[in-house]
Amino acid sequence: MNNSIAIELKGVTKTFGSVIANKNVNLDVRRGEILAILGENGSGKTTLMNMISGIYYPDEGEILINGESVVIRSPRDAFKYKIGMIHQHFKLVDVFTAAENIVLGLDGAFNKKRAAAEVLEISSRYGFEIDPNKKIHEMAVSEKQTVEIIKVLYRGADILILDEPTAVLTPQETQKLFAVLRKMRDDGKSIIIITHKLHEVLSISDRVAILRKGEHIDTVVTKETDENQLTEMMVGKKVELNIERDEPKNPTDRLVVMGLDCMSRDGIKILDDVSFVARSGEILGIAGIAGSGQRELLEAIAGLQHIEHGAISYINPENGEEVDLRDKTPLEIRDLGVRLSFVPEDRLGMGLVGNMDIIDNMMLRSYSAGHSFFLDRLPSTALAEDVIDRLEVVTPDAHTPVRRLSGGNVQKVLVGREIASAPTVLMAAYPVRGLDINSSYTIYNLLNEQKKNGVAVIFVGEDLDVLLELCDRILVIGSGRVTGIVDGRTATKEEIGILMTKTEGAE
Amino acid sequence: MEEKSNVSQTDAVTAEPNHKKVREPRFHIVKRDVTDKKTPYIVRAIAVASAFIICTILTVLLVDTNPFEYIGLMLSGSFGTFRKILNLLQKLAILLCISLALAPAFKMRFWNTGAEGQVLIGGLACAACMICLGGVPDALLIPIMAVAAIVAGAIWAVIPAIFKAHFGTNETLFTLMMNYVAMQLIAYFATIWENPKGSGHIGVILDGRFPKLFGQHYILNIIIVILVTVAMYVYLKYSKQGYEIDVVGQSENTARYIGIDVKKVIIRTMAISGAVCGIAGLLLVGGTDHTITPQTAGGQGFTAIMVTWLAKFNPIYMIMTAFLVVFLETGASEVVSKFSDSLNGSYADILTGIVLFFIIGSEFFLRYQIKMNKKQEEMN
Repeated sequence: MNNSIAIELKGVTKTFGSVIANKNVNLDVRRGEILAILGENGSGKTTLMNMISGIYYPDEGEILINGESVVIRSPRDAFKYKIGMIHQHFKLVDVFTAAENIVLGLDGAFNKKRAAAEVLEISSRYGFEIDPNKKIHEMAVSEKQTVEIIKVLYRGADILILDEPTAVLTPQETQKLFAVLRKMRDDGKSIIIITHKLHEVLSISDRVAILRKGEHIDTVVTKETDENQLTEMMVGKKVELNIERDEPKNPTDRLVVMGLDCMSRDGIKILDDVSFVARSGEILGIAGIAGSGQRELLEAIAGLQHIEHGAISYINPENGEEVDLRDKTPLEIRDLGVRLSFVPEDRLGMGLVGNMDIIDNMMLRSYSAGHSFFLDRLPSTALAEDVIDRLEVVTPDAHTPVRRLSGGNVQKVLVGREIASAPTVLMAAYPVRGLDINSSYTIYNLLNEQKKNGVAVIFVGEDLDVLLELCDRILVIGSGRVTGIVDGRTATKEEIGILMTKTEGAE
Repeated sequence: MEEKSNVSQTDAVTAEPNHKKVREPRFHIVKRDVTDKKTPYIVRAIAVASAFIICTILTVLLVDTNPFEYIGLMLSGSFGTFRKILNLLQKLAILLCISLALAPAFKMRFWNTGAEGQVLIGGLACAACMICLGGVPDALLIPIMAVAAIVAGAIWAVIPAIFKAHFGTNETLFTLMMNYVAMQLIAYFATIWENPKGSGHIGVILDGRFPKLFGQHYILNIIIVILVTVAMYVYLKYSKQGYEIDVVGQSENTARYIGIDVKKVIIRTMAISGAVCGIAGLLLVGGTDHTITPQTAGGQGFTAIMVTWLAKFNPIYMIMTAFLVVFLETGASEVVSKFSDSLNGSYADILTGIVLFFIIGSEFFLRYQIKMNKKQEEMN
């Protein structure tokens, strides 16, 4: 095996406004090796790879290929240096055939026969199964991925970057892909694979580079490491945040979810046999890699996601009656007397209307009250003033479109409206994402206040430190299954990290 | 997925490296600061003024006239006599009525390109009442005509709405195709109701004509459209349904999240849109033409799209944009008739086109501004 260095990054930094995506990253990839890049969401894996493939340009630092400093300003430049990236979201033309997509954008005349022959040659060399004349829209996801991989090979790539290639594959397809990758490695190609599935890292890679919060922590040889060491490097040491946490006061069951199954729009099972109980006066945290089914879970409870199997029941705190919430619309849920509030992940796309002012956004929940044909803006004006005042929303006035507010202030408006209806269940998805420290603490305090009032709070978070300090119990979700429910006071980051990357359900 | 979206447009240029071969573009385009309230009016005023200057120059170059005569003709064509003013207002009323019909649909981001057909079908229903219910006294006949026109327009608009809501069909194409169906229906009925026999046209119908008010035709048309304008303004701004339209248009996800029945809103809003088009058809057939042909709407269903867009779906602004369009048409046709030896009817369209081109083009400068790049400092 040739062990010379194919690509090297020196002190690479990239910022987006005030957000640091990558900070002083030093990394090298050898010829004929598979390097896994491991890191949590937002640790800067994709940004780093985008810089190698010419989508972003680094603010600082340099990239060396075969020992020479190079400038990669576009994907075309990247191809010049034989770098090809297979993105998580495929970039193919649906109505074209595989061969057409593969040669698309190349200079020179298009010779269909020669292209098809060359595609077949590449396929047989590495063991792909592909019909060059099949149209993309007739293909399964794994076939589309194959086309993407052949596309970069056809352009002569020696360095292949795969962004979470297994996220869309079944275990069998994953095994096939890995076999192909190993063949390519043995052929002398360098392969970089982005993933956060630990067992895959261990089974496919030669070395692992770990990123955390944009920084390169270390690169280790896969054979010399294990799951625990990798998890620790990935999640980092515990940070003290000093978020207040009281003991729950006589918690009673408020929301019972049993055996919930849901399908995504593409027909993939996104929730698989999810069961848990949310109790009053308690914050239940939900931890997991992004896209593991958190959003669908909350939307299923809120009546926005179709449920295949399972039951959701709400226990009314006033009379102890059980209410079935399955397949009810949000309005039906409200009419049943269930006071359910929901702070969705997509604040401006779902929770609020960006172009409307604060008053009209306050009205979203309450506009239909009363029998009048006309709107009554008085209560929502009062509510808007009250929220601005109490949560210290920074805004010129209540007539400012929320789109013009900063992220933290947008979130205060949304959370302020949701808790104004005196909920008995409050669900919040990533409520502090993108917020500064002060705004984050405002949100933590609001959640704690609700908990004290006996509300059952469900908090979906990504920062394990926060989950461990804020939540009474933490439910860990992995690939749509509950992989464990742990006590927030005694659990460790490593324990949750391992549960997050597990793909089998809890025993 | 998480970190890509916040690359601003400026970043794409300024983030470029300081490398030898990289040449920076001369200028770049950045988003304008939207909080500034005066700029939009200044930009629009400059656009309209430059458009009129270009039109004047063009006309002076083409025919033997001077700028003052040209402007005089434009004004006298629209406001020269009482009759001309009344004509202008009548045209304004019809165009405004159709534009108002589009407002709720467009606010919901439902691209109703079928106003032409909805107006025609409303007009056809109205004409059917006038022809078939000949003996009924006008006091009773006119309300019947109104109901028939409104219902017909609403039905014509609801059909594509149902398909959109339930099957996700493309509303732009669907509503557009419905226009041609409506035109063919009129052509068909023209052969049945032809008058005089053998002419292939529905001649002037004597029953069900709108009465004169204050001794003038068209006054009733104008009053009806004023009422529709006020009603539409109030409906969109102050009613619960108007609020729902706004939420659905801005973000369907938010609408689902708060429990708005999106399908119901789409169908209901299109029923209103079609009903108002039906009113326009009523005004055209009952109040103006007293007959119907496939050309009765005269493409105003499409002109109205522009009027509505330029006014940002606001009924009050629509009065101004509709006025601008009608003024351009009447003024320009006066210019054309004065110089009919060297100009023909198409010249009026050219002048209108120039002005609209400038106004629509100015939208770009409302949203973006062009910044010249300073020469890059030498880097070592």
